[in-house]
Amino acid sequence: METAAIKIENLTMAYGDNVIQRDLTFEVPEGKVTVIMGGSGCGKSTLLRHMLGLVEPKRGRVLYWGEDFWGADEARRLSIMRRIGVLYQGGALWSSMTLAENVALPLKEFTRLTEREIQELVSLKLALVGLAGFEDFYPAELSGGMRKRAALARAIALDPEILFFDEPSAGLDPVSARRLDELILELKESLGATIVVVTHELASIFAVGDHSVFLDSVEKTITAMGPPKDLLAHPPNERVREFLTRGGSLN
Amino acid sequence: MRGSVALRLEPGGRAVLALRGQFLLDGGVPSHEEVARDLKDLKGISSVGFDCGELGKWDSSLLAFVLRLEGELGGSGIVVERSGLPKGAKRLLDLAASSPRGQARERERGSLFLRTGQWASSQMIKSWDVVGFLGEVSWSMGRLVTGRARFRGSDLLHVMHRCGVDALPIVSLISFLVGLILAFVGAVQLRVFGAQIFVAALVGIGMVRVLGAIMTGIIMAGRTGAAFAAELGTMELNEEIDALRTLGIPPVEFLVLPRMVGLSLMMPLLCVYSDLLGILGGLSVGVVMLDINIQEYLRMTREAVKPSYFWIGVFHSFVFGVLVAITGCFHGMRAGRSASSVGQAATSAVVSGIVSIIVATAVITYLCQVLGL
Ligand SMILES: Nc1ncnc2c1ncn2[C@@H]1O[C@H](COP(=O)(O)OP(=O)(O)OP(=O)(O)O)[C@@H](O)[C@H]1O
Ligand SMILES: [Mg+2]
Repeated sequence: METAAIKIENLTMAYGDNVIQRDLTFEVPEGKVTVIMGGSGCGKSTLLRHMLGLVEPKRGRVLYWGEDFWGADEARRLSIMRRIGVLYQGGALWSSMTLAENVALPLKEFTRLTEREIQELVSLKLALVGLAGFEDFYPAELSGGMRKRAALARAIALDPEILFFDEPSAGLDPVSARRLDELILELKESLGATIVVVTHELASIFAVGDHSVFLDSVEKTITAMGPPKDLLAHPPNERVREFLTRGGSLN
Repeated sequence: MRGSVALRLEPGGRAVLALRGQFLLDGGVPSHEEVARDLKDLKGISSVGFDCGELGKWDSSLLAFVLRLEGELGGSGIVVERSGLPKGAKRLLDLAASSPRGQARERERGSLFLRTGQWASSQMIKSWDVVGFLGEVSWSMGRLVTGRARFRGSDLLHVMHRCGVDALPIVSLISFLVGLILAFVGAVQLRVFGAQIFVAALVGIGMVRVLGAIMTGIIMAGRTGAAFAAELGTMELNEEIDALRTLGIPPVEFLVLPRMVGLSLMMPLLCVYSDLLGILGGLSVGVVMLDINIQEYLRMTREAVKPSYFWIGVFHSFVFGVLVAITGCFHGMRAGRSASSVGQAATSAVVSGIVSIIVATAVITYLCQVLGL
């Protein structure tokens, strides 16, 4: 039995009185890619924010490596968060810093590498996301997709054990999107990273997903779980089938 | 265990680097320079491979080590063979190498002559920008007058609420204190001549004619001008202004006009309010410190303050309202696309707002002099 890097137990999320999703219970297996899918506005980004410890859950628990995140003290929480890398839906690059500075900041803060080593790592990370040579650009000088990739470079700067991607391929051309899928698989296989991806891209879901969770916007809870290919082969309900076949029929 | 490297020679001019232990970002990595030096010192080496049999955990620092080593050995004729590396590391390196290199940006630095010229022409463009903005504002004012301007009435009400009602507490405090200070400083001097009753005239004329307007102007430059700049700057950042433009809604009309109209309507009201509170401040000094009776003080104030002073003060504040709104909106709409540029826009808005208030005061005062008001 594989171990779970993250466990979500009976999580209920709400903004004020507006319940977004209730009673979510699932596991994110270690060293695998878990896809969180669901229609737009069903609460995927919100779930991510809860998993990242940015929002305290209304009810329920989030466990990292068996440890209750919100039960832990501040110092423990920080040390858990340091093992996590995040690619935000909007990129969230720091606009007053160049790409190199954006990627270098975590390395400067959390490692004792020299300036030169950091620069080399930065170039390597930027090359991995296909942005070699853009070190001196400011985020505002990039296209939307390039910003996304630069944010990815920042997310993987510290080789985190768990990586969260919020719609990584949105805004990318098909070739870049495929390269990104390859990179995700590569990070999983070579560095053994646990990866959580929020995405709508069917191609991506089937290419990278080992495990998946389907958030239903009508039932407001998880209605399907398992490897995406299995879900496609045996959809447990109509909405999952519709989602995985782009609203088309099975054949 | 910290990562280490052992050098081993194989027949045929081939060297092998045996990597041992962990190569992790926070663990420290062996120096590639030493390894490269050792390799170069051994004459007759043509290629170098890796043996990762005893390699423990690794992350990007291993990749960086290999890349640096390759860079160091670049000109020496020693070929680095990646085949011995862990499969994942090799694939990541290949992935990094396969990505197309972006055009590095050229940062040319011309001669001093050229740069001076460039600076001058950029300043020219900036001043034209101001003129263009003012033109756009006047044009949309024209549309407003002819009733064709497009903006939301709710925006106007919102602006009026925020820069009118919401500003009352701070305006009250500052104006009352300014009146008080003015009376206090005046009283000390006037008492020497036994002319303390003229404190009422001093405070009344001072507040009504210019100080009420200036104080509200400066408060609003700091409060509302900065808010306008930050708000429009953030909208520019989020491409909200572009979205208006592509819809065919002129941003100046839609965003600047309600702010300008709202502020220049509220400013005179705030100014009158400030006048009254300033006089109240003076009155409290007069009554408490100088034992002037309240009716007497008010009568002196009424006699000293001519109606024309009142209108001059109101005119000042109207002009200040326009100036603060224009500087705030201008800097906001010209803000760049980063968080710090929004901050800069707010700063410039306040600074140029205050400067323009003072300059305008000087001009209006001179004109009044000429007109004999
Ligand atoms: N800050 C907020 N305050 C109140 N409600 C919010 C807030 N952020 C999001 N919501 C609501 O929560 C719901 C889920 O939003 P969320 O951003 O998580 O959706 P999502 O699944 O990530 O959608 P998408 O695929 O479009 O990114 C939406 O209905 C939204 O209206
Ligand atoms: Mg989202």
